[in-house]
Amino acid sequence: MTMSSAPDLDIDHVAKLARLALTTEEKAKFSQQLGDVLHHIEQLGKVDVTGVEPTAHAFPIVNVWANDVVRPGLTVEAALRNAPAQRDNMIVVPKVVE
Amino acid sequence: MNYEAVIGLEVHVQIKTNSKVFTRVAAGYGQPENTLTDPVVLALPGTLPVMNKAALDAIIKAGLLLGCEIAPVCKWDRKNYFYPDSPKNYQISQYDQPMCLGGSVEIELPGPARNVMGEHKRIPLTRIHLEEDVGKLNHFATESLVDYNRAGTPLMEIVSDPTMHSAEEAFAYLTSLRATMIYGGISDCDMEKGQLRCDANISIRPVGETKLGTKVELKNLNSISFVRDGIAHEIKRQLAVLERGGTLVQETRDYDGQTGTSQSLRSKEMAHDYRYFPDPDLMPVKVDEGWKDKLRAECPELSFPKQRRFAEAYALPYTLTSVLVWDKALADYFEEAVKLAGSGKAQAVGNWVVNDLLRELGTSHRALSDSKISPAHLAALVQLVDSGTVLTNAAKEIFVEMFATGETPGVIADRRGLRATATDAGELEQWCRDSIAANAKAVVEFKAGKDSAINAFKGPVMKAAKGKADPKLVDATLRRLLAAMG
Amino acid sequence: MAAELFFKSIAELGALLDTKTVSSAELTQAVIARTKAVEGRVKAFNSFDEADALAQASASDARRAAGQARGPLEGIPVGLKDVISVAGQPLTASSKMLANFVSPYDATVTTKLKGAGAVIWGRLNCDEFAMGSSTENSAFGPTANPWDLSRVPGGSSGGSSAALAAGETIAALGSDTGGSIRQPAALCGVVGLKPTYGLVSRYGLIAFASSLDQIGPFARTVEDAAIMLGAIAGHDPLDSTSFKADIPDYRAEVKRRQGPWRLGIPKEYFGAGLDPEVNAAVERAIAFYRAQGCEIKEVSLPHTQYCLDTYYIIATAEASSNLARYDGIRYGHRSKDAKDAVDIYFKSRAEGFGAEVKRRIILGTYVLSSGYYDAFYLRAQKVRTLIRQDFLNAYREVDALLTPTSPVPAFKLGEKSDPLALYLCDIYTIGVNLAGLPALSVPCGFTTGGLPIGLQLIGQPFAEANLLAMARAYEQAHDWHRQHPSL
Repeated sequence: MTMSSAPDLDIDHVAKLARLALTTEEKAKFSQQLGDVLHHIEQLGKVDVTGVEPTAHAFPIVNVWANDVVRPGLTVEAALRNAPAQRDNMIVVPKVVE
Repeated sequence: MNYEAVIGLEVHVQIKTNSKVFTRVAAGYGQPENTLTDPVVLALPGTLPVMNKAALDAIIKAGLLLGCEIAPVCKWDRKNYFYPDSPKNYQISQYDQPMCLGGSVEIELPGPARNVMGEHKRIPLTRIHLEEDVGKLNHFATESLVDYNRAGTPLMEIVSDPTMHSAEEAFAYLTSLRATMIYGGISDCDMEKGQLRCDANISIRPVGETKLGTKVELKNLNSISFVRDGIAHEIKRQLAVLERGGTLVQETRDYDGQTGTSQSLRSKEMAHDYRYFPDPDLMPVKVDEGWKDKLRAECPELSFPKQRRFAEAYALPYTLTSVLVWDKALADYFEEAVKLAGSGKAQAVGNWVVNDLLRELGTSHRALSDSKISPAHLAALVQLVDSGTVLTNAAKEIFVEMFATGETPGVIADRRGLRATATDAGELEQWCRDSIAANAKAVVEFKAGKDSAINAFKGPVMKAAKGKADPKLVDATLRRLLAAMG
Repeated sequence: MAAELFFKSIAELGALLDTKTVSSAELTQAVIARTKAVEGRVKAFNSFDEADALAQASASDARRAAGQARGPLEGIPVGLKDVISVAGQPLTASSKMLANFVSPYDATVTTKLKGAGAVIWGRLNCDEFAMGSSTENSAFGPTANPWDLSRVPGGSSGGSSAALAAGETIAALGSDTGGSIRQPAALCGVVGLKPTYGLVSRYGLIAFASSLDQIGPFARTVEDAAIMLGAIAGHDPLDSTSFKADIPDYRAEVKRRQGPWRLGIPKEYFGAGLDPEVNAAVERAIAFYRAQGCEIKEVSLPHTQYCLDTYYIIATAEASSNLARYDGIRYGHRSKDAKDAVDIYFKSRAEGFGAEVKRRIILGTYVLSSGYYDAFYLRAQKVRTLIRQDFLNAYREVDALLTPTSPVPAFKLGEKSDPLALYLCDIYTIGVNLAGLPALSVPCGFTTGGLPIGLQLIGQPFAEANLLAMARAYEQAHDWHRQHPSL
């Protein structure tokens, strides 16, 4: 594999979008590894996709729904069972500055 | 330089359903914190969304009511962003294939006076799409507490074209849109409960310019009057900036309705890149003519068409129609009573509803649905008055008692002895003669041209009649007798 | 014989249970004992709940005694990959992010297995969030291949295949997004089936790539795989992508359906990078089918070379969004160092996710980001259409395709550290996921070094019964499935 690094991959920007704090080492390593992968992916550009519909689902079916009939949910205890921090039956997070 | 404001509104309306939009746990307001959740609402690992048919029906109905084009096929997209009130950190929404396109909202601008109809116009809509609501953050000094009861409630986003030019137009737009949603049974639109929320995009430009000016988004307009006040305030603020020679910046501002001020929300927020892509967990929705026809048949007549019909069919004045049509239940009540009383009695029924019924409901803080006076009872009362069986003053008393007890007007009139029985002309004439004879001083004054002196004779007559005499008849009889005295 | 209970098939054990020769409690006890004996070396489990399994076994025995046995899985221990939810049990996806998470609900497949009387047994190791081909990406350490403890069991469902090969369970469930059932089945010498997309509910399966993920069984024999599939297949109203297909009696159909079949050999699957021993074993299998009277035909899947790229765009894009919910707010790892709410995201995710997960989230976020969507995601979806079309074209002439499952047998732990090199392990399996097709891996021999080799059969949509019947025809004529690793 070449040591190519995708010129377009702004790792700081993408890591920010993905809410991942990366170390300097991780940034360097991922940039290089993902550069290789992106380099490989470039060959997709060669495929003629003129007039080809995208596939979102392998077996497209439509109108999959349920009727508006209420079913029981979780108790508050069950809902908060895995919460890292809770108070007054709510999840606690450090103050969100809007 | 003369400027004009350009305003577009983004209105979020919660759809009234039993369960949430992508899972079947109950939706609702005012429940204890985190009691309306399930694994899907909390986005626990492994959970999947399933559409709520009723929410789809509701948005299609909303589109039909507003004259939108209903997309034959629409799909679901994920809007990716992180926020603690968003359990999945993506919101299921509709990006490039919304359910409804186009359409418009008919509005009425304020008339020259309260009792005169104002100008009507149509505000075009861009689109309406369906998405899911987020949870609620409660902010404290150092922490925020999250309640996910609201998360996953079906939410419509109704986007207008930027074609409004005043706070009054925006106010009229929201009033009409709200009435339409309530009429269609789509939402209760209680802004205090967050069932209707509004953001406004406001810019100003020199009159004649076609390009839009720098856009400011105004948020937290949480009552209809705050929408009007906030927009008026923002237009003034923008004008002031330009008049000072300043420049406007594209920003989001928070309007505080209590103080009537706004402040910029510091955009510490990272640049938005929502990375929309089709949600692989949901299948597209295909809407055929049959589905639309079925919903179209359920669509009610909207308030403005109803107002025009009331004015034409019942010859009602604007003062009545403008009150009757805004509440569908009230309009239905009115029509039901008119049907029973006879269409010639529409004005009388309208007066009772608009003046008396609304007053009693207001002072007792009751909703129409809690009123004890049925349309049939009101129709019966109107007929009693019309036939002269009950006189107007007595009818007012009967109405108040009907409101309190729910009895028929006939029962109350009998029990209280309020039927107009003193119509024996001979008896009335004798009481009038007696009264004139007993008050020579008033006779002199009346003869001298003081017309009001006639009132002095009326008291004793009404007393003799125990209040059951028709005041008009008493007046006429007295005048006849006085004239005859030469 | 009792000592070897843990190596028997579901079908064999069913007979012993029916005749009351053994009880479910005894069988479960034997599996627990075996697990305790070998688990220190195999490390197939993230956790197991002995008391809970024995309680389920006793309940099963009580049902059987009362004449209320629920079918062929009654009393049979079945292990679940640790991405499938079981109410009241841990659900970790082999990630530090979910190290302490306990799920409050059952996945639909769990509900179905319980309904079939199975004993739900253990949380099986895998690559973190099912991302990998070696089970080395588990936050809790790698699983070893029971045939050679210095080698990987494959992945991502390596815990499932290793536990089954080592006799630590009788059957197992895994999930397959790009080969994560078939490749570890091949590397551990067991049967692994990825059903048609939509045949088995995904509700309760931790999502990696929603449009590709599918739950499927690991079993010792093809018949066992048919039994397992019969228990978990079927429409689920809780999964909008679940298909309303008729579910045949797979076990009966597998025995009833006989060839000959028309089998296609996709020429693109026999190129560079294919291990010669694997190639030879697959050629022998092809020869077997030809000898049985099957029509063998070379076919072409011309877009095969684009499968890997298409897959990595679609899978990582979907994963970047699916994994956004792991944020340290409502559950999962929350960083102790976070100063504010935004910081919780950055630090909790940095601390909670391993390198491969981070890499894929970054790639997926990038391909969806503003300005790149059309060039990557949309284009990949279009190429996906062409890839799917390739298979459907081939199926005009043949009933199924025969290929190697993996280009190489089990490799050494730590041998492949370059992500791209590892991604290439999936080249024969990912096309199937992109096309939504059913495919299975059945053992077809050993390398001279004693490592299992897998034969992949790829079928037409919802033609699992046919696929299983073809595999069984091969299996019955060979004894690969009767060989067990010595531990």
